[in-house]
Amino acid sequence: MSVREDVYETTVGLEIHVELATKSKMFCACEVSFAGEPNTRTCPVCLGLPGTLPVPNEKAVEYTMKIGLALECRIAERSLFHRKNYFYPDMPKNYQISQYDLPLCEQGHVEISGDFGTTTVGITRVHLEEDTGKSVHLGGTGRIADSDYSLEDFNRAGTPLVEIVSEPDINSAEEARVFVSELRALLESLGVSDVRMEEGSMRVDANVSVRRRGEKEYGAKVEVKNMNSIRSVGRALEYEERRQREALDAGETLVQETRHFDEKTGTTSSLRTKEFAFDYRYFPEPDLVPLEPDESWVERIRGSLPELPTARRERFASEYGLGDADIAVLTASTKTADWFEAAAAAYGGDAKKVVNWIIADLYGLLNEAGLELYEARFTPVQLAQLITMIDEGKISGKQAKLVLAGMFESGDDPEKVASDKGLQQVSDEGAISAAVDEVIAENADAADKVRSGQMNTLGFLVGQVMKKTRGRANPGMVNELLREKLSS
Amino acid sequence: MATADLAWASATELAAALERGDVSSVEIAQALSKRADEVDPKINAYLERTDERALDAARAADERRSAGEARSPYDGVPVAYKDIFVTRGVTTTCGSKILERFVPPYDATVVARCEEAGLPMLGKLNMDEFAMGSSTENSAFGPTRNPWDLDAVPGGSSGGSVALVAAGGAPWAWGTDTGGSIRQPAALCGLVGMKPTYGLVSRYGMIAFASSLDQAGPITRTVTDAAALLNLAAGGDDMDSTCLKDPVPDYLEGIDRGIDGMRIGVVKEFQGEGSQPGVRARVDEALTRLEKLGATLEEVSLPSFEHGISAYYLIAPAECSSNLARYDGVRYGHRAVADDIVAMTSRTREEGFGAEVKRRIMLGTYALSAGYYEAYYGKAQKVRTLIVRDLERAYENVDLIVSPTSPTTAFKIGERTDDPLAMYLSDVYTVPVNLAGNTAISVPCGLADDGLPVGLQIIAKSLDERTMFRAAYAFEQDLGFDERPAL
Repeated sequence: MSVREDVYETTVGLEIHVELATKSKMFCACEVSFAGEPNTRTCPVCLGLPGTLPVPNEKAVEYTMKIGLALECRIAERSLFHRKNYFYPDMPKNYQISQYDLPLCEQGHVEISGDFGTTTVGITRVHLEEDTGKSVHLGGTGRIADSDYSLEDFNRAGTPLVEIVSEPDINSAEEARVFVSELRALLESLGVSDVRMEEGSMRVDANVSVRRRGEKEYGAKVEVKNMNSIRSVGRALEYEERRQREALDAGETLVQETRHFDEKTGTTSSLRTKEFAFDYRYFPEPDLVPLEPDESWVERIRGSLPELPTARRERFASEYGLGDADIAVLTASTKTADWFEAAAAAYGGDAKKVVNWIIADLYGLLNEAGLELYEARFTPVQLAQLITMIDEGKISGKQAKLVLAGMFESGDDPEKVASDKGLQQVSDEGAISAAVDEVIAENADAADKVRSGQMNTLGFLVGQVMKKTRGRANPGMVNELLREKLSS
Repeated sequence: MATADLAWASATELAAALERGDVSSVEIAQALSKRADEVDPKINAYLERTDERALDAARAADERRSAGEARSPYDGVPVAYKDIFVTRGVTTTCGSKILERFVPPYDATVVARCEEAGLPMLGKLNMDEFAMGSSTENSAFGPTRNPWDLDAVPGGSSGGSVALVAAGGAPWAWGTDTGGSIRQPAALCGLVGMKPTYGLVSRYGMIAFASSLDQAGPITRTVTDAAALLNLAAGGDDMDSTCLKDPVPDYLEGIDRGIDGMRIGVVKEFQGEGSQPGVRARVDEALTRLEKLGATLEEVSLPSFEHGISAYYLIAPAECSSNLARYDGVRYGHRAVADDIVAMTSRTREEGFGAEVKRRIMLGTYALSAGYYEAYYGKAQKVRTLIVRDLERAYENVDLIVSPTSPTTAFKIGERTDDPLAMYLSDVYTVPVNLAGNTAISVPCGLADDGLPVGLQIIAKSLDERTMFRAAYAFEQDLGFDERPAL
């Protein structure tokens, strides 16, 4: 691979569509919703009935500016909506209200890091548009080509959609994957979208080309579609990168085309070649006036931005002293980081203990159940209670693991789980002292060894006391009492 | 009032008669229904009559008035709408076969506001298909005829609206004006027709032809009625982002203050050859009359106006090519039978649209195409800017500008159908006003030597409707035009 990389260079640019989580649609008052019987979230405006006019959703404009500002973009003083004209039955007006040469946000950037090091990816533009409806093809295989007929559901039509276009600054599938992951975390932290790739609220298209290193012109641009998870982005682009390199190796000429990623096979296949280019006949939307956000509005939005993932990661390092690996896990999503911080705050002690419990123990359970941290059945406060119980000697670390498993199943308080399981630690000095005395009497040889300074035998005696108390004695106290009683 | 008088009374006279209790709204509706029975078979103004609904509304208006709860001074005075305004539960075709059986689920804002004011709806009126035309010959449902000469066109595209009002079938009607579609037919039928400043009246529910040019406006027999009808509908609408939000004045207030001292501009470029001699004679007399009323005349130069028609026939088709894309047979309207979606859409549009609509869709599609956009659409927008500037400069020295409304009186049916360019030139004096967004009115200024009406166009600054109404009213009162078609 390293030899090959000397020969070829991969260039990737991404186009990411994000459905905004506003209450109402982009140009009408209909509810934005993934649920609902087909064509129940519609009105004359989003059905494109004759005579209707669009009225822009101010919240959507605000969300778009939020995204732009978070990506360090310049917010346009004057931005226009354009009409993108093409016929498709899922598009009620047969034009999409979108933005063209005057987008709302331009010239931003995002920093990404990984095994490839740290690199900056430019953001060309962030613009606002409306989503289309959905076609359902019936008969045949369910794809349009061999279906008997199609039905249209316009519930989604008119949902506010933001398009984020990156510069071709991405040089590998891994960089692309990290970029998408970073962008998703950022959008999530802004609270502007559900960013669920599986459900289509975040859709990624990639333009991939490969050229010989040193060549001035980019290679033929291949657009890859249908990547429905962050993992798919990595897989699809790895495949595509390899395919193009091998084709060039074999002396083939690559063509500009659109390719479809197949989740099952992990390969891409040609959908159409770009010889069939659309002319969208863009022109300024005459039904809308220009968007001219004044400075005070922009500043108000800038002021309302939450802590962004980059800043949060830096803070996790400085405030909690966490390492990169832990930070990566805990900032994978805003909700995960929020969960951790809630637990750390409730605990109040050394946050590293909280981190260890989450990463070393809780994640094992979560991964097995296929859940995210914030989806755990118990609360951050309950985790803090568990750790406090260990600190207070109420349970041992070993017991705590059992309690955690119980909490994970039931969502009950650690106290309740511990008592239900009979795991309350015995910290009553009298009871432990009696057990210690019994063990010393029963194991006179070992006791003598300890008395004579062979401290490695102390562990054996501790074990015997724990056995006698069925593991419920506070091991610290047992240890202390044994030393005390056997000190010569 | 006698039944015959009800047919010819102005809306304001009817409102006064209702207020005095001389007549009931039901009697008015019945009289107008009877009049429509007599004249509509000759003029084909209506696409859909809603007599029953009008009678019900009239009955309700009478009850309100007798209970002292009239919704407006015009409560119970009927109105009719160009079939471009969508009406809930009433077929709205826009003069096109593609919407032949389309029943909208909502009301246009203009319609809703008139209903709120208590105006019973008489029905929906014929028009050039999608408002594209100057003669109403482009209707999919047959041409409307001019009440003054049944062999002549009423003008267009609001031909049904003017023909009905001119024939005594309604005191007033709503039309729309994209390049002259209210003013030109009003001139050709001896009526008052007014295009408000762009954005003054909501376009919501007005089926779009060219969005940046379309405006709804009143077609009436008197200037007072035009101001009164505008009062009922003007002003901001949350459903139309391009509708101006500022409060609107009372357009009747001060309408009779006269024009003493007003400076009126006469367009240098419109003098001379362009108009039919009979039209020029009446307009020249009108200028003399305005001077007599105390105005001073000044020549103004609007050099960019000569490019108005060319710019208009790029901008309007470009916008219409996009606006009309939604008529694809998928969700509503005509649907052709075909094997797949592409064939279905193509055939639906082939069958559903008339020749002029297709011509403009093709023109507009071409004008917006990659590589041609700047040369056509872009350049046309520059002309538009020049027209705005020329007008601004002119208004530094004058309060109003006057011109003929149409270069000719009503032409014969069929006379220009084979010559689109000749048809387009019918709007040479009106089109620049739409491109600039200003307001203008056409008022009758007598009959030409051919016995057909001539209109005088008065163009005001944007949002200066009141000055315009004052001048139009002073002229109307002094001229005392009271001819009626012998229908």
